[in-house]
Amino acid sequence: MHKTASPGTVSFFGTCLADAAFPGAGMAAIRILEHLGLDVVYPLEQGCCGQPAYNSGFPGEARKVALRQIEAFAGQSGPIVVPSGSCAGMLKLHYPKLFEGHPRYFEVLAFSGRVFEFFDFIGRELGACFEDRGPSVTVAWHSSCHAMRETGSTQAAKAILRGLANVELKEITREYECCGFGGTFSVKRPEVSAAMVRDKVADIAATGASMVLSADCGCLLNITGAAAKMGQSFTGMHLAEFLWGRIHA
Amino acid sequence: MHNDPHFDFTASLEKALADPQLGENFKNAMTGLRGKRLAIFPDADELAKLRATGKAVKARALSKLPELLVRLEANCVKNGIRVHWAQTGEEANAMILDILRAHGATRLVKGKSMASEETGLNHYLEKHDVEALETDLGEFIIQLDGETPSHIIVPAVHKNKKQVAETFHRHLPGAPYTEDVQELNAMARKTLREKFRTAHAGLSGVNFAVAETGTLVLVENEGNGRMCTHVPPVHIALMGIDKVVENLSDLPPLLRLLTGSATGQLMTTYLNCITSPRREGEKDGPKEVHLVLLDNGRTRLFADPQLSAGLRCIRCGACMNNCPVYVRVGGHAYGSVYPGPIGSVLTPQFEGIDAKGDLAGASSLCGACEEVCPVLIPLAEHLRRIRAEGQGCPDTCHVRGCGSKRTLAETLAWKAWAFLESNPWLRERLLRLAGLLGDRIPAVGPLKAWTSARTTPKLAPKSLRQLVREEGIRHE
Repeated sequence: MHKTASPGTVSFFGTCLADAAFPGAGMAAIRILEHLGLDVVYPLEQGCCGQPAYNSGFPGEARKVALRQIEAFAGQSGPIVVPSGSCAGMLKLHYPKLFEGHPRYFEVLAFSGRVFEFFDFIGRELGACFEDRGPSVTVAWHSSCHAMRETGSTQAAKAILRGLANVELKEITREYECCGFGGTFSVKRPEVSAAMVRDKVADIAATGASMVLSADCGCLLNITGAAAKMGQSFTGMHLAEFLWGRIHA
Repeated sequence: MHNDPHFDFTASLEKALADPQLGENFKNAMTGLRGKRLAIFPDADELAKLRATGKAVKARALSKLPELLVRLEANCVKNGIRVHWAQTGEEANAMILDILRAHGATRLVKGKSMASEETGLNHYLEKHDVEALETDLGEFIIQLDGETPSHIIVPAVHKNKKQVAETFHRHLPGAPYTEDVQELNAMARKTLREKFRTAHAGLSGVNFAVAETGTLVLVENEGNGRMCTHVPPVHIALMGIDKVVENLSDLPPLLRLLTGSATGQLMTTYLNCITSPRREGEKDGPKEVHLVLLDNGRTRLFADPQLSAGLRCIRCGACMNNCPVYVRVGGHAYGSVYPGPIGSVLTPQFEGIDAKGDLAGASSLCGACEEVCPVLIPLAEHLRRIRAEGQGCPDTCHVRGCGSKRTLAETLAWKAWAFLESNPWLRERLLRLAGLLGDRIPAVGPLKAWTSARTTPKLAPKSLRQLVREEGIRHE
């Protein structure tokens, strides 16, 4: 293993989806941070970032939940690392907008300034690279819209993926296009969302890759759920879980 | 015409999605336009600078909107252009009819004008025995079929060659059925030339109006627009008041952004700058030029510090070309003059949230629209704002029909969610309880729609919080 990380403490924001449905992704991300020499703290008072309410037209409820997150991380002062471009984008870019004119605006701003998307943190901030100990495999990569357009962390994730010696990365033709999850969008506009995810699944299947990797659990839930329904054989995994498997093997 | 009080967005989307030909036509056309846009702006830094300039130019114009409109009027009048102010679409239509009647005009040729779609002009004139013929090829095609544009730049993009062949064969007298594009073009040209020659008046839209010089600027590729503004004795230009810019020097960045974002062209085949009617000694041009300035709800947007950014829109359609929802359902599904992301923001403001607020839900907030908007309109933020207005959120309530989308069930659900997310201990216990049910979670309510296209999501046997505790990760 090569690393340039200096020892320190980071807080981990697991995301509600990783907590409930993809705990393996969250644990793997924590293990990678430890592997890079960092001390990881997981505040138990954390929950959802508040994005579902924020995007559904309920900013008051979103603020209430957001303040709970800010309080949960008040005990530490270092970076807050998030294994999701979507949740990281919410914490980093949307919290300040949500609290414009609010008495606690500057507290919120200080919190947002601490937030990093996971791969952006280990790739760009720490400059980490990894020794691949896994067998040969062909994978496709799906970028979440918010990792691509909000946190801009896609390049860091793909660079880490490309650095794995035994992994062949297949590009999908419409990487730029949303998979149709969009949180409550997939529930409120299921007809359009279904059309979008079916196209995404077909796109991934066309690469012939045996699995699709992403750094967002929401997209994975959507894509693998649709792939199973459509009888596709590829599986899905969070990149952190995949990466931990490769270096830990 | 679009103000259908019974508009059912869900039914409209389902109908569009059930038409595979439509989906295919759109996907192909929009992929083509997207590629052309990318090719014309190869340098990301240069594009970023250009967009910042475009935004600044439009923002500056909007910040001085009342002053610039008065200057525009004064300079137009000085140049011999007659200026009219219309508060509503109905007023604009009546003014246009008055001008036509003053000349005994019953045959009007039109260059593409979305503002006239907004006012329902064609239908209005028809009722008053004036033939209003669309001469933009795309508009010509859909007018024959009694349809409205499904895209603001490529109005007949929803039709393929075969469908156009059928339309011409059915509606043009003596036209044989042919799928030969050259022949189809020739048929349209033959019909339109005669109409241009015999029209009493021409109507066009306006892409930009320059206050400094009183110049009306129109971009087009077919020359039909120029036929409408130059051949008939009277030219009427209809423009939304948001189209005014301050100086001639504002034009180059805006034109480059407009044509590049819309069709991936460095510039259009024709660029018309109209400054006056025919002057003495000149051989062509209309004897009279009228400019109708249309408000139709724009001043309401102008007054809103956040949503007024929507008035920066230069109607390039790039947000549509890149929106994964628009690309799959096409413009007609939106039931509004302006479809796609910008339409989902503007239409609820023009027509009320009660009537068209649902449009704001037609987005996964993926941000693809913002990524391409040449004047940097924060479309996702505006969509969120319209959604919040629909719920009657007290700190943002300004748009007509605010609060009309609020339901007790959804309000309670979000309140319950906020309570649960504020009490992690309770949330964890409920999650464990739900986990015990495993796959037996019944697919009812929202989950039913979800599972129509996906397998039922499973909760993990142990949550991340449990694993953190068990595996000795520092927690507090």
